[in-house]
Amino acid sequence: MEHISFPPLSRVAICGGTHGNEMSGVYMVREMQKQKADQDGSLSLTTVLSNPRAVDACRRYIDKDLNRCFTEDLLSAPVTDSTPYELRRAQELNAQLGPKGSQEAVDLVCDLHNTTANMGLCLIFYSLDWITLHIYKYMKSKITSAPVRAIQLDIPVSEAYSLESVGKHGCAIEVGPQPGGVVRADIFNLVKEALDLTIEWLQGFNSGSTFEGGEVEVYTMVKSVDYPRDPTTNEITAAIHPELQDNDFKLLRPGDPMFLKFSGEAVKHEGEELYPFFINECAYYEKKIACHLGKKSNITLPSASVMKN
Amino acid sequence: MSGVTLVNLWVKNSAEIQRKRVETKPFITNPKAVEKCTRYVDTDLNRAFSPENLSAPEGDDLPYEVQRAQEINRIFGPKGSPEAYDVIFDLHNTTSNMGCTLILESSKDHFNLQMMNYIKKAIAPASCLVLLNEHPLLKYSTSRSIAKHPVGLEVGPQPQGVLRSNIFEAMRVILKHALDFIELFNEGMEFPPCTVEVFWVSERIDYPRDANGNIIAMVHPNLQDCDWEPLNPGDPMFQTFDGKTIHYQGPGTVYPTFINEAAYYEKQQAFVITRRETLVASAIRKA
Repeated sequence: MEHISFPPLSRVAICGGTHGNEMSGVYMVREMQKQKADQDGSLSLTTVLSNPRAVDACRRYIDKDLNRCFTEDLLSAPVTDSTPYELRRAQELNAQLGPKGSQEAVDLVCDLHNTTANMGLCLIFYSLDWITLHIYKYMKSKITSAPVRAIQLDIPVSEAYSLESVGKHGCAIEVGPQPGGVVRADIFNLVKEALDLTIEWLQGFNSGSTFEGGEVEVYTMVKSVDYPRDPTTNEITAAIHPELQDNDFKLLRPGDPMFLKFSGEAVKHEGEELYPFFINECAYYEKKIACHLGKKSNITLPSASVMKN
Repeated sequence: MSGVTLVNLWVKNSAEIQRKRVETKPFITNPKAVEKCTRYVDTDLNRAFSPENLSAPEGDDLPYEVQRAQEINRIFGPKGSPEAYDVIFDLHNTTSNMGCTLILESSKDHFNLQMMNYIKKAIAPASCLVLLNEHPLLKYSTSRSIAKHPVGLEVGPQPQGVLRSNIFEAMRVILKHALDFIELFNEGMEFPPCTVEVFWVSERIDYPRDANGNIIAMVHPNLQDCDWEPLNPGDPMFQTFDGKTIHYQGPGTVYPTFINEAAYYEKQQAFVITRRETLVASAIRKA
């Protein structure tokens, strides 16, 4: 079997409150800062409250979605008095944890998110990164209280717009369902377990363990579907159908109901069979997304260990 | 979002809410907040209908919601006067797992008790519970309190900003039965005495907090989503962020609800405690 080695991963950033109303990350970062968790064996941990103004207001963002501000263009744009808060903040975070693409960037950025969708625990990343995939494989083997899945966005890193793209390796840990502004103990405990396992894997990796390769299942986004809307007012005319609601990652076949109009008719899925996720995510109404649809595939992971010098 | 969506639907086409001999008016109480998809702009509208606010001199310097409360009082009130609307249905969602809940403000409102009895029987075997908030300190000045018979409809769980089909349709069905009741009443039907089980609000329980006011624990997984179920002394109530359990220490079994409502963190409320009581509603008939 193929084997791959990496230099040690010693600098890790845990970010919460990138969206100010996604409370697991907010409370996790605060708790870690209270416990003064900054050195853990071979790891130097940086905890960051990404969007403090949005956290104070308990809102997703103040001017602009922070988690769309990390493209190379936006990170290098000049800042003026009229620059939206989040663009400024993204540049600050890039200076602190990056710069993106450079040798000084932290080894791993873990960005904690919640979703109103019934997605369990998902690791979301851009391109196929063996480190994040190994962490995913490790989490999936140990966590029994919720399903653990991986979603790959398939966007080149230079166009990657979210916070975790600042680190040499990165992933978003997305856990749901949880309403905005609410902290659920079961969801918080799941996030904590995921973080503890991430740190455990990193410690193991840095101390020379070999992590076996193997097949892992990954979802890749294909497209998004918007709500049916009134053509003149643009207001939605249907809700996610009760048979689709909460059925993230359950195969959607042509003819399966997707939406239930307020007038009573069902709108069915047309086109190829795909896996829906981010079904009825609160923040996506304004992005014109009722759900994402994706394909499932198996990826063969090589075994991995730290480079010995 | 259920109330917003239903009212917008009915403003466009009110056929569904028309009944003989009843004037029904669909109304968006806080349009600025709806536009921003936020609970409120300056202050909680559903706490703004106090006598002080309603009688305050009008002015643009007043918080938006106080101005709006005064306007609503002019349209549907004045509160306490014979000109006030007979009934206001106030449509709400909650992040708590409360199912369909009707909120009553007075244990002596026999018309409302009869309506709630009618609704409960009409939707059976589906459940619709009645929450009574008549507590002298915990009762608050709601928009519906303008009317002679205020009826709160609270349906959850639903995250803020999200429209769930099942929650939307449940609220729609409750309103349908409520309006049917009013129509029957207006046609002269007599409703004989009946008993109605209510959950009577007795106490508000806050999160444990530190000296800075930050919460230091979350609703315990054993209590989360268990609205209306008995909470016994010694049962887990909160879990701290570092994993410790805090137990309920009250004197007896209580019935918690509004467990982990998003909007209540800032109101110092993790959940509210109720006791189960049976109220007797007198017979009613249109005069």
